Amino acid sequence: MPRRNDIETILIIGSGPIIIGQACEFDYSGTQACKVLKEDGFRVVLVNSNPATIMTDPEFADRTYIEPITPEWVAKIIERERPQALLPTLGGQTGLNVSVALAEDGTLDRFGVELIGARHEVIIKAEDRNLFKEAMRNIGLDLPESDFAYSLAEAKVIAERMGFPLVIRPSFTLGGGGGGLVYNMKEFLEVARHGLDLSPITEILVEKSVKGWKEYELEVMRDKKDNVVIVCPIENFDPMGVHTGDSITVAPAQTLTDMEYQMLRDASIDIMREIGVETGGSNIQFAIEPDTGHMVVIEMNPRVSRSSALASKATGFPIAKIAAKLAVGYTLDEIPNDITRETPACFEPTIDYCVVKVPRWAFEKFPGADEVLGTRMKSVGEVMSIGRTFKEAVQKAVRSLEIDRYSLRDLDEAPADELPGLLEIASHDRLFKVYSALQQGLGIDEIYELTGIDPWFTDNLLQIAEMQELLEGRDLAGVPDDLLREAKRYGFSDIELARIFGATEAQVRSHRLGRGIRAVFKSVDTCAAEFEAYTPYYYSTYEDEDEVRDTDREKVMILGSGPNRIGQGIEFDYCCVHAAFACKEMGYETIMVNCNPETVSTDYDTSDRLYFEPLTFEDVMNIVEREKPMGLIVTLGGQTPLKLAIPLEEAGVRILGTPPSAIDRAEDRELFGNMLKKLEITHPTDGTATSVEGALAAGRRIGYPVLVRPSYVLGGRAMEIVYSDEMMEKYIKSAVKASHEHPVLIDKFLEDAKEIDVDAICDGNRVFIGAIMEHVEEAGIHSGDSACVIPPPFLGEEVKATVSSYTERLALELGVVGLINVQYAVKDEKVYVLEVNPRASRTVPFVSKSIGVPLAKMATRVMLGQTLDELGLHEERFSRLKHISVKEAVLPFVRFQGADTVLGPEMKSTGEVMGIDDYSPGTDTGFGMAMVKAQIASYNFFPTSGTAFVSAPDRKKAEAVNIARRLADEGFKLLATEGTAASIREMGIPVEVVCKVGEGSPDIVDHIRDGEVDLVINVPEGRGSRGSGYSIRTAATMSGVPCITTIELSDMVLMGITALKKSGLKVKSIQEFHSEIAVPVERGQSGG
Amino acid sequence: MVFDMRDREQALLVLSDGTAYRGLSMGAGGEFFGEVCFNTSMAGYQEILTDPSYAGQMVNMTYPLIGNYGVNPGDFESDRVYMGGFIVRESSRIRSNWRSSADLGGFLEKHRVVGLEGIDTRALTRHIRDRGAMEGGISSLDLDPESLLDKVERAPGLVGVDLVREVTISEPYVWEENLAAEPEFEVVAFDFGIKRNILRLLNAHGCRVTVMPASATAAEVLERDPDGVFLANGPGDPAAVTYAIQAIRELLGRKPVFGICLGHQLLGLALGGRTYKLKFGHRGANQPVMNGDTGRVEITAQNHGFAVDTESLEGCAFGNVERTHWNLNDETSEGIRCAEAGAFSVQYHPEACPGPHDSRYLFGLFIELMKEWRR
Repeated sequence: MPRRNDIETILIIGSGPIIIGQACEFDYSGTQACKVLKEDGFRVVLVNSNPATIMTDPEFADRTYIEPITPEWVAKIIERERPQALLPTLGGQTGLNVSVALAEDGTLDRFGVELIGARHEVIIKAEDRNLFKEAMRNIGLDLPESDFAYSLAEAKVIAERMGFPLVIRPSFTLGGGGGGLVYNMKEFLEVARHGLDLSPITEILVEKSVKGWKEYELEVMRDKKDNVVIVCPIENFDPMGVHTGDSITVAPAQTLTDMEYQMLRDASIDIMREIGVETGGSNIQFAIEPDTGHMVVIEMNPRVSRSSALASKATGFPIAKIAAKLAVGYTLDEIPNDITRETPACFEPTIDYCVVKVPRWAFEKFPGADEVLGTRMKSVGEVMSIGRTFKEAVQKAVRSLEIDRYSLRDLDEAPADELPGLLEIASHDRLFKVYSALQQGLGIDEIYELTGIDPWFTDNLLQIAEMQELLEGRDLAGVPDDLLREAKRYGFSDIELARIFGATEAQVRSHRLGRGIRAVFKSVDTCAAEFEAYTPYYYSTYEDEDEVRDTDREKVMILGSGPNRIGQGIEFDYCCVHAAFACKEMGYETIMVNCNPETVSTDYDTSDRLYFEPLTFEDVMNIVEREKPMGLIVTLGGQTPLKLAIPLEEAGVRILGTPPSAIDRAEDRELFGNMLKKLEITHPTDGTATSVEGALAAGRRIGYPVLVRPSYVLGGRAMEIVYSDEMMEKYIKSAVKASHEHPVLIDKFLEDAKEIDVDAICDGNRVFIGAIMEHVEEAGIHSGDSACVIPPPFLGEEVKATVSSYTERLALELGVVGLINVQYAVKDEKVYVLEVNPRASRTVPFVSKSIGVPLAKMATRVMLGQTLDELGLHEERFSRLKHISVKEAVLPFVRFQGADTVLGPEMKSTGEVMGIDDYSPGTDTGFGMAMVKAQIASYNFFPTSGTAFVSAPDRKKAEAVNIARRLADEGFKLLATEGTAASIREMGIPVEVVCKVGEGSPDIVDHIRDGEVDLVINVPEGRGSRGSGYSIRTAATMSGVPCITTIELSDMVLMGITALKKSGLKVKSIQEFHSEIAVPVERGQSGG
Repeated sequence: MVFDMRDREQALLVLSDGTAYRGLSMGAGGEFFGEVCFNTSMAGYQEILTDPSYAGQMVNMTYPLIGNYGVNPGDFESDRVYMGGFIVRESSRIRSNWRSSADLGGFLEKHRVVGLEGIDTRALTRHIRDRGAMEGGISSLDLDPESLLDKVERAPGLVGVDLVREVTISEPYVWEENLAAEPEFEVVAFDFGIKRNILRLLNAHGCRVTVMPASATAAEVLERDPDGVFLANGPGDPAAVTYAIQAIRELLGRKPVFGICLGHQLLGLALGGRTYKLKFGHRGANQPVMNGDTGRVEITAQNHGFAVDTESLEGCAFGNVERTHWNLNDETSEGIRCAEAGAFSVQYHPEACPGPHDSRYLFGLFIELMKEWRR
């Protein structure tokens, strides 16, 4: 059944901002889908609010809407574009939920839009736990015993009947959001209440826990002709009870006989047919009771998922691409397998290596948050590694994580008597605890009893421990070659071997290379070498044969950004992908190195060659030595490649663009200070300290408040504003370990200053300012968490000119060839430099989308020798735009119960969205609209009427009263606690007084919990205190009430509310915005 | 003291073109000469080991981690292991599965399978893929490549050799242990190396099965007046099994016939066609087969080194021979049907074990055919 010709325009819904449970895997899948459908001649209309995605680059769709992904906004787009079909399965749970809503509110029928990939009934049948349960019963498959509750009272009756432990699963939430494993009635009622609140249909499933059972996932594809294939079986290292997104997972399944595997396979096929997924991919999860083999179905997702991205990378089978083709009518046998070329996609990949995925968490960012892993996903990223054995793969995965671990050794070794207790609890470092327990002699069976981890995995860890024992006590000269080779085959890193042998990493490397112990590269080919592979997708291992094909083209190697984490996410992958595109356009052979399976950069289509490898010196050098690239690009992937720049350069590798020494000059306090002096650029008074005494002295000299942070960090890790000696002492002692190598940086903190970000490209002779971005929040809130605006609406011409001039001077002085990002503070019209980063910044994709110039691509061309003139980048464009763009951060607090939601200098957001609207300078309308779009897109559904609670500390009272007045003007009913209420009432505005937290009942927190408040404006009193504001903010976050913590944002949100009331919903594509820019980019030069 | 891998006995594999792979000995020590082939199934090594079709061969498993779940009483495809050599990247020292009763190493030792572990199995697979299937020798006794190569050169190949004689039975027996009720059909199965799951499935479809030696004549079969005749899988070159070809030819048109794997090739030969040796065979659990009748694809288990030349069946004396199934990877023959003769066969393994269950309907078709012929 070939291509459907009755469809002309297809709407694809993306997944929006990166949040926990929904990361860049949906950019990977959506980009594939856009590409393949466009190539096939369909007109593709895309909606995604996330500007940091490759899919929202204007060339990937015919019309790209960077608009909020909510039913109302998407309906507007449908009305404007009139697609015949909507493909709902590529945008995660967000895409699916919005599609269902559009089907249910009649929009799709009204405009004659067909859901392709998954019909409405199919989605409902798979997602509605009641219908799903019924469907499974029809085909004779078991589920864990369960029942539905629609109220707390109902839930309680069920819990009493079933007994504990129980799992609560709210219907239609993402990544297990709102669910959890509970052991008693108290926990049960708390989680059940929250779950009922979060579920859009107020439904929770109360399920008998199968904690400790073996967990499996199958990725399944089905086409119109009912051909079904399983792409990959995945086995979880952590048994049931830990969300699969928080589990270490392994592909293929390791401990199932064929008979048992076929049982899962048969069940999967039956489920696909019963649920009725006609075209596309699904993910189905099973649990197996370890002692009996009894199988139960846990759930299915009738769409591409995190696991399908993993399965695609693990096998080389591009699930999303094929799902898109199936959705438009093709059948599996009609689609060729890209990798083998000769064989069709209608087969089941078989692999001849072991794949291990390890999640990456960010608990250090959320002090106070519950770190126990359960049914609610908490990790922010993941790495995948490939080895010929589990031992090799798991060790490669650990060093891919970039958590300063190069082995399984537990860095903070727990005493033996504490280990059993630690092992029982699923935690982010349990893998290391298991290893430690094995080293301390705990038996495999005991560990199984404590953790439920299959003995096969534990025994493999034990083999690594035994190898370590064999190696310990030897030195480099004395280690036999065959033992050293075996250690490398076990995945031991050079760094760990260096520790064992008392040598340096360089000595280990040169010794083993001298003995012929070197990595070879093997292909990921979908077929275990049965057919020749044409796609150069490689992993390293220690075997005999190397499969890399030599070519005589000049090669450029791009180092990716590794696992997503807070502070380094999709934006950097976006830049690396652009680098690959630019190198390709310029005729270079491109080599991508990365270990993050969620990304577009690790799509084998993105570069000419893909190496799925850890981003460590050792692993990168192995590839460099094999491929001999003419140069490496290290400035686009965030800190990960940047950290390697100097060691690589010292090893003789050519670094393209900005010299690594410039990075040092920008980071090193003294060098940086000298440079600013030379350039006559002002910056806040600063100092450094390597001890408590030094820090206190510096603090007094500079004058509090000061901003303190460790050197060499990204995302403001451990950055704090310190107001007193006492706080300084506490900070130095607890937060960081200051040392001579890593001093603490101390800067004067400019209170109530405005913050500005600049992204620019320098070719060594000239600077092109991409944009000056004005932050909404005052300085002191990390730029990654702050909303910002292009063009800067409230900056004076003089300030702008100063900022441009400083940026130019800094770039030229540092010798930047490529991107540079500078952060400034403006106080009393005076401009201070806060930070210079001679590399790609988080805002590069946002700026690129806003001004219509692909900055990362241009920067790559500059790094490869082209000039800004040649690229047609003459004058800046950002101040002449006819539209205004707002970037807003998306925060994960709802996942981290217990953590404070107030913003500060340490970055906490996981993702971002963009709001864009027509604009003429000096007017509020466009700005307000762009702001409100950004807020809605980041799921802050600001009400246009209702009840607002306002509270602010004394120093902000006047501004807070002003906000209150405007709220009243918009028709809001006001609530405030006594102090603030008095100030508001003084101005003659009506306000109702509510009790402060703990000062009577009901207090403000009760009001919020009871749903009596629609908007919370709570400006915190001071930093570092967890006053009453904390419980208010937490209550708001957990109850889904929008909560603003700054005056600035309150102000702009109000503008937005006014604008929205005035002009209603307006949508416009990025292509249209770009076409209106006065200075078009010369197309031939930019390469789109 | 921790066990050191380097203390283990070594073993050597030498291919007939002189390529040598040195690794560790596992399972039984000793020496074995035979055809080296590879299997791409990720699970199911026990079924593969006990599949009689591997007689005269040694199998290189492409999935590197083998033995993880040990050996389970329910997963035997025959009483013993017929292959002589087994090659893996890593044999698990621990077995982890609720059904497991023994570990792989001990099992191989018990069945005298010469094992080789720790070599670059992917390099070996690629070598065979590029150069074609070839003879080889595996030894834990003779670690000198030249001397072992010498022995490889003197060992007989597969082509023209009748390996069926080595795996078949001498006396008929009846298989009825998986019958759920009174049997509806009597089936005679030629044992060319029959896999147990075929017998289980025939029972499950209501057939009592009389398994007869490969050398059974048509007269001996007809004497039992079965409802249908089943041609089993088995090892080696089909053209060498001349006696069976003769018997099948005489049965065609007189009894419904269903063949699997070697049975498919023998049916092809009996219908007057030709068979040929593939470059490196199909062995795995992921082979896509197009069913010409339904237009749908089945994912199939396969294990064969020879194939039927479908074109050679044009103008068959028994009637029109249809190509019912073909391989989507290389278009080779996967199934034929001669309606006039009441015979059909598939090259792949609908009984799976190991592999997908997509093609079990073929047993149902056999039942339908027998019903038709009763009328």
